[in-house]
Amino acid sequence: MAEKRIDEATGVETTGHEFDGIAELNNPMPQWWLSIFYACVAFALIYTIFFPAWPMVTKATEGWLGYTARGEVAEEIAEHAESQAVWRQRIADTDIEAIRNDPELLQFAMAAGRANFAVNCSQCHGSGAAGNVGGYPNLNDDDWIWGGDLESIYTTIAHGVRNEADPDARYSEMPRYGVDELLSREEIAQVAQYVVSLSGGEQDAAAVEAGMEIYLDNCAACHGDEGLGVPEVGAPNLADSVWLYGGSAEQIAAQVWRPQQGVMPPWLGKLGETQVKELAVYVHALGGGV
Amino acid sequence: MGAMQAARLAFFGLAMVATAFAAARGHDQVYSVHMMIFCAISALLFFRSFRVRELAPLGAGPGFASEEKYETGVIRFGVIMTTFWGVAGFLLGVLVASQLAWPDLNFEPWFTFGRLRPAHTSAVIFAFGGTALIATSLYVVQRTTGAALWSRQLGWFVMLGYQLFIVLAATSYLLGGSQSREYAEPEWYIDLWLTIVWVAYLALFLGTIFKRKEPHIYVANWFYLAFIVTIAMLHVVNNLAVPVSFLGSKSYSAFSGVQDALTQWWYGHNAVGFFLTAGFLGMMYYFVPKQAERPVFSYRLSIVHFWSLIFLYIWAGPHHLHYTALPNWAQTLGMVFSIMLWMPSWGGMINGLMTLSGAWDKLRTDPIIRMMVAAIAFYGMSTFEGPLMSIRAVNSLSHYTDWTIGHVHSGALGWVGMITFGAIYYLTPRLWGRERLYSVAMVNWHFWLATAGIVLYAAAMWVSGIMQGLMWRETNDLGFLVYSFAETVEAMHPFYVIRVFGGVLYLLGGILMAWNVYKTIKGDLRVEAAEGAPRAGAVAAAE
Repeated sequence: MAEKRIDEATGVETTGHEFDGIAELNNPMPQWWLSIFYACVAFALIYTIFFPAWPMVTKATEGWLGYTARGEVAEEIAEHAESQAVWRQRIADTDIEAIRNDPELLQFAMAAGRANFAVNCSQCHGSGAAGNVGGYPNLNDDDWIWGGDLESIYTTIAHGVRNEADPDARYSEMPRYGVDELLSREEIAQVAQYVVSLSGGEQDAAAVEAGMEIYLDNCAACHGDEGLGVPEVGAPNLADSVWLYGGSAEQIAAQVWRPQQGVMPPWLGKLGETQVKELAVYVHALGGGV
Repeated sequence: MGAMQAARLAFFGLAMVATAFAAARGHDQVYSVHMMIFCAISALLFFRSFRVRELAPLGAGPGFASEEKYETGVIRFGVIMTTFWGVAGFLLGVLVASQLAWPDLNFEPWFTFGRLRPAHTSAVIFAFGGTALIATSLYVVQRTTGAALWSRQLGWFVMLGYQLFIVLAATSYLLGGSQSREYAEPEWYIDLWLTIVWVAYLALFLGTIFKRKEPHIYVANWFYLAFIVTIAMLHVVNNLAVPVSFLGSKSYSAFSGVQDALTQWWYGHNAVGFFLTAGFLGMMYYFVPKQAERPVFSYRLSIVHFWSLIFLYIWAGPHHLHYTALPNWAQTLGMVFSIMLWMPSWGGMINGLMTLSGAWDKLRTDPIIRMMVAAIAFYGMSTFEGPLMSIRAVNSLSHYTDWTIGHVHSGALGWVGMITFGAIYYLTPRLWGRERLYSVAMVNWHFWLATAGIVLYAAAMWVSGIMQGLMWRETNDLGFLVYSFAETVEAMHPFYVIRVFGGVLYLLGGILMAWNVYKTIKGDLRVEAAEGAPRAGAVAAAE
């Protein structure tokens, strides 16, 4: 054991311990350090008097403030609901068409719908509602599969499309022309050529001619003679260059061969009538029609 | 053939057969691959056992017969592996940061973010940090007790066994194996293996302390011992699980619901407390006084801050579960214990910085000291930020945002990384008997690259994290949320790119260190002017 000595640089005595040449000075603990430490301990103890903290035999101390995190959030939710209660009541009492004609209500419904859209709808349709490749429709354009008027949009949001959760869901099912051998591979290729030509794509004239026959026999019943679509049965417009699953002849043929059937969940049960109304107003304002 | 040799042959032979059987009958790929690794190692040891070799008695191996008083071979190996894992871990970090900025960089199935992220965290914390702690603790405990390592063989078993644990962990992540506990992802049989290695480590460390020639135990060893003992406890409790089959990797936790979450964060927080704080404080308490050639500032402060730190840290875990199903009283205690922890943490900072009193001029001339001082400064900053973020109101903004990621990295890159680099630069010339490092100028470059990297990283994450938290809670005057989640992600993109750039700088510093260590080991010396001396050109101009 080394002797205690005075460190030259600082003039402080060492403890006399030495480890591999490392000595230790006998400095006191810095007063500011000790004071802040005591203050933190004091703060901690006082805090535990006011807030739930110490576990006892059957339950913990509840604290003088009676604070709970659940209570706090319930309070905030109640406060929020209270601040909007008047508006919400008026939306609930007003016919959806009438909301659109009342500037004040419209402003509230738009704000509410936008917020709900960001939380619930943007995952598939995109933050700006521009849709996504692979069957998520763009809601800003004028192309509405199940109808673009307020009532139709409300129904689509409320009950969804092709889901199993809601018996009132929008439902249609395009036949699987290729898989179920309703049409031959060549016929499907021809009808795809014809469909491309509906929106002005340059195609092989002979194939288009043959494809038109096939179209009128098999497709026109739902999509219409002109290919303009029939919203009542959810048959998309094929003549407007807007495509859910791609607009090349190959992509169209693939869709005829084995159609992809998009699904949308119902929202009425989760959000309630008022909020679905607000959403419908918001979505309608994006690109809805009469 | 001696009885010992026969026993070895029997043991490794049986292990070889058992693991081969397990590999063939394994229920999943991860398990089978790992059993093949065990089988290959058993086979290697089995055939080595044919060589008649007298095992040296404990504490008197061939290493001790030489003039070298202390065991150094295992520490040299540890220093090389620390350097290697450091570069590997930083590289993985740059990769996962890039994946967040540009998701196209996910390559299925092995190189997706989900699999590489635990590979990054484990590589940095356990491979880089853990190997550094084992190597430096074995170096420090010998020199501060004046006693050679208790057992040379056990030293190698601990070091190599720990490397095997790292390899098993890393391969299981890439193959998709995980028990989904953050920082404790390896499955049950890997946990069992680590338990064996860790108990051997504890025995080795204690065995050396018992042999000490000094009457007192140096403060660095208190911290190292607290680290070893507490990690053993945390590891065992948090990994209590029931395997679905002994022939498969899948297991289920012994805890359920919020108790499971609390156990996990009791572990997770104290992995920070006892692995990344206590362990590296042990490192600091030896290497800072040695490099500065100054006595430790205050013995009394070291006693008080040691005991207050280890007593308070263990209760702070619940602050990871604010506003969850965890009962309120536990959340409150997690918060107030974190606040009380502030000064005990800072005690280490004061003792580290004040040890330089009387030697502050070395900051100008010695880049290794500069590195250590920066480490202590980052330690002080992140141990202030931690208690701050544990306050319930602050946490409601910071939790689940990038702020947390920034906080962790100012601790990991700043404190853990920098103090380890300092220790590596101190150890390398001494362990290989070199006059000095290959290049001191490169240490200076490393210092500035690492510092710039951390500043970019931390600043980007502060801005991004606080912005993310504010965007999540932003409401308009009618009381509605303003942003969708995807909009917050889009807003964070520029900061993710800055983070990648910061990470690249840090990685470059690591590569520079690896080169410097390699050249030093080789025995080369780069011709260069002393640090802090006026440059040749400047002198000429002045004349």
